[in-house]
Amino acid sequence: MLATISRRGVLTGTAALLASTALPRLALAQGGGRLIVAADSEPRQLNPAIVASNGVFFISSKVIEPLAEASYDAGGLKPLLATGWEGSEDGLSITFTLREGVSWHDGTPFSSADVAFSAMEVWKPLQNIGRSLFANLEAVETPDPLTAIFRFSKPTPLQLIANALPVVSSVLPKHVYEGSDIVENPANRALIGTGPFKWGDYRPGEYYLLTRNDSYWGEGLPHLDDIVFRVLPDRAAAASSLEAGEVHLAAFSSVPLADLDRIAKVPGLSVVTKGYEALTYQLIVEINHRTEELSNLKVRQAIAHAIDKDFVLDTIFLGYAEKATGPVPANDPTFYTPDVTTYPFDIAAAKALLDEAGYPEGPGGTRFSLRLLPAPYFAETRQFGDYLRQALAAIGIDAQIVPHDAAGHIKAVYTDHAFDLAIAPTVFRADPAISTTILVRSGQPDGVPFSNQGGYANPELDALIDEALVTLDRDKRVALYKDFQRMVTADLPLINVADWSFTSVVADSVTGVATNPRWVVSNWAETGLSE
Amino acid sequence: MARLGRVVLARLAGSVPVLLIVLVGVFLLLDSAGGDAVDAYLLSMGGGDAQMAAELRTRYGLDGSALSRLLFTLGQYARGDLGWSIALNRPIGPVIAERLPNTLWLMGSATALSFLLGSALGVLAGRRPGSLLDRVLSGGSLFLYSIPSFWLGLVLAVVFAVQLRWLPVSGIETIASGKAGLARAADIARHLVLPVAALGMIYLALFLRIMRSGMAEAWGQDFTLAARARGLPDWRITLNHAARNALLPLVTMLGLQSAAMLGGSVVIESVFAIPGFGRLAQEAVAGRDAPLLLAVILTSALMVVIANLLVDLAYGWLDPRVGSGAGHD
Repeated sequence: MLATISRRGVLTGTAALLASTALPRLALAQGGGRLIVAADSEPRQLNPAIVASNGVFFISSKVIEPLAEASYDAGGLKPLLATGWEGSEDGLSITFTLREGVSWHDGTPFSSADVAFSAMEVWKPLQNIGRSLFANLEAVETPDPLTAIFRFSKPTPLQLIANALPVVSSVLPKHVYEGSDIVENPANRALIGTGPFKWGDYRPGEYYLLTRNDSYWGEGLPHLDDIVFRVLPDRAAAASSLEAGEVHLAAFSSVPLADLDRIAKVPGLSVVTKGYEALTYQLIVEINHRTEELSNLKVRQAIAHAIDKDFVLDTIFLGYAEKATGPVPANDPTFYTPDVTTYPFDIAAAKALLDEAGYPEGPGGTRFSLRLLPAPYFAETRQFGDYLRQALAAIGIDAQIVPHDAAGHIKAVYTDHAFDLAIAPTVFRADPAISTTILVRSGQPDGVPFSNQGGYANPELDALIDEALVTLDRDKRVALYKDFQRMVTADLPLINVADWSFTSVVADSVTGVATNPRWVVSNWAETGLSE
Repeated sequence: MARLGRVVLARLAGSVPVLLIVLVGVFLLLDSAGGDAVDAYLLSMGGGDAQMAAELRTRYGLDGSALSRLLFTLGQYARGDLGWSIALNRPIGPVIAERLPNTLWLMGSATALSFLLGSALGVLAGRRPGSLLDRVLSGGSLFLYSIPSFWLGLVLAVVFAVQLRWLPVSGIETIASGKAGLARAADIARHLVLPVAALGMIYLALFLRIMRSGMAEAWGQDFTLAARARGLPDWRITLNHAARNALLPLVTMLGLQSAAMLGGSVVIESVFAIPGFGRLAQEAVAGRDAPLLLAVILTSALMVVIANLLVDLAYGWLDPRVGSGAGHD
């Protein structure tokens, strides 16, 4: 505080000599303020312990905190509500040490009972990711208010649970939810958490208002007075609001890629690609193995050879993406291996493979026709659909695009299986066991979005996935997932094309941006405004 | 007055079959689209398992047949209940009450703008059909009519909000401003300027051209000739004789336009981030939320019925022959 005052004093003295724009930024660094953020959707369920999705975290992670957050530091995790975690030798228990002196927004002290309640009553039975991740969780013991011991019925790798903590471990207040219908509890509309911001107000269709939690456990945090999420469904409106200075931040690529170059030149605005590393989106081609042609490996290899990834990166992603080699993105520090089967762009090789597979060119150069369903909810997947149609035409496959809107697409692909090829944006969530192996593991019931609905079944791959799930040794586990990448790229149950992360457009006055690999969906305690 | 009441009631009663047909049609259309509210919800969550999807379908009553769901919704309407929105997870009545005023302000102002300005310019253009002024006005209005409303909205926002910064880019009022009373009304008015201009300018051409052609026609008729023979000043003939007669088809158009405006406001509400009815309808379709969509359609249809009723009443006032004719039947 002293330093700020004296610096301000010096600066006011020389104010006349300084450029007027630089002055207030220096003088009032981290002095509260209202951060206004563009939000493109209004989640139906705002409780992050029930719906662990980026759309929900974007808003609610500022109010309700997980046990740990992702970090750029070695180890990849920053303690939040838990200060430490340790696994037992047999992998049947994990002991969490909890933070002292934390209280809920209503004043009640936070304790291990809240963690036990959240794990057993919310994450395991209700949460979209927790339902499978915590399937073997049998009980949570609370020997004292700051210790929670998770007991598993089968060996569970600490590495997996730790990697999943930022996503699955949002802690709810037991005293608010106990004995109620948790999914319909009124607190899901006015969240109560331990986070740096308290729930302020929600005007549907207009805004969410979060206000500073003055008794936050982090010393001197948060910096902001409040955060407003303005609902701006139109992407062009988000861009013009930024330009007009009405909004400080638009995340999740809500400013279209094509506008980024222009926006980046606007004084006072910057394009930031950091802060999304732990939520990498993968552009994949889903394959329906029930289709006779596609059940042939040579045909799948031909399709992989027909895709010019460089062209896709330059034209569709305008450089804001990386080429994918397999089911784990290259930016993952732990599991990624480049030592896999690759399919360089090669039309001649693709045609030769199709000939070998027994699908010669018919009249007009066409070998066979396929239905192609690009996911409609991302511009990138739609555009890649148009590209893939042309790329396949070049090797004699006639791909017919079947248009659907979002809900129609989900039903057609994941319930009705009415597709041959589909294009999906799947998410890699720091560990292959969280949402990646499900894309190729057989035995998924119908109607599960973003899972293997293409009828692919490979007992060898299934066995590998199952073994990795109960392998406790860190190095052995990593080695198994490297084998997993090799098997997937060799047999092509699906084709990974590109790994992309989102972009943010941020006003230069915002400080503490992209400070962790899940920054956009983290608690923003260290974010401030310098105006 | 009693006669007026009877006319209103008869009109409302007469619209019930139309409303029913519209509701059933919309329900069947939405039901035949692939995917349901749970598919849309699972997508927003980034996935979920099969058991969870089944539980959600039971919770929201989606496991019944289409007929049973339709009858359930219609039964609710009969009891005066608008039902529960699946996508918003809230009762629909308050949602409608929240969103309707915004759309009414937007549509009402835009209709008033296009009607008043359009007919005034139409009078100017129709005073001397074929004159330079006529050609400039007719050509200019056609140009506006040919512009897509979202594009006009974006351009207006870029010029007046982003470049000049005279007006806010979007929203219906300043967020959490704490304003009340007149200050709040002024704030809302400021926010409405651009969307109203974008929506109103497009429809201005329609009114202008109808007014103009009505005027042009009136000049050749006996009553204007007679007025002129009586030595009435030019402006009086224009306003009291030619324009008043040309107003009738304009009023018909006003009734029809109220429905078109509702469609146009879907786009404008998205561009200017106004939480209104059009956006609500779009969200209902995207979320496959049949109860919400039906409630939106029902309210909109009622609004159109009421607008047309007002138009009919205005007829009687503008042209006494209409009112007396109805009285003799």
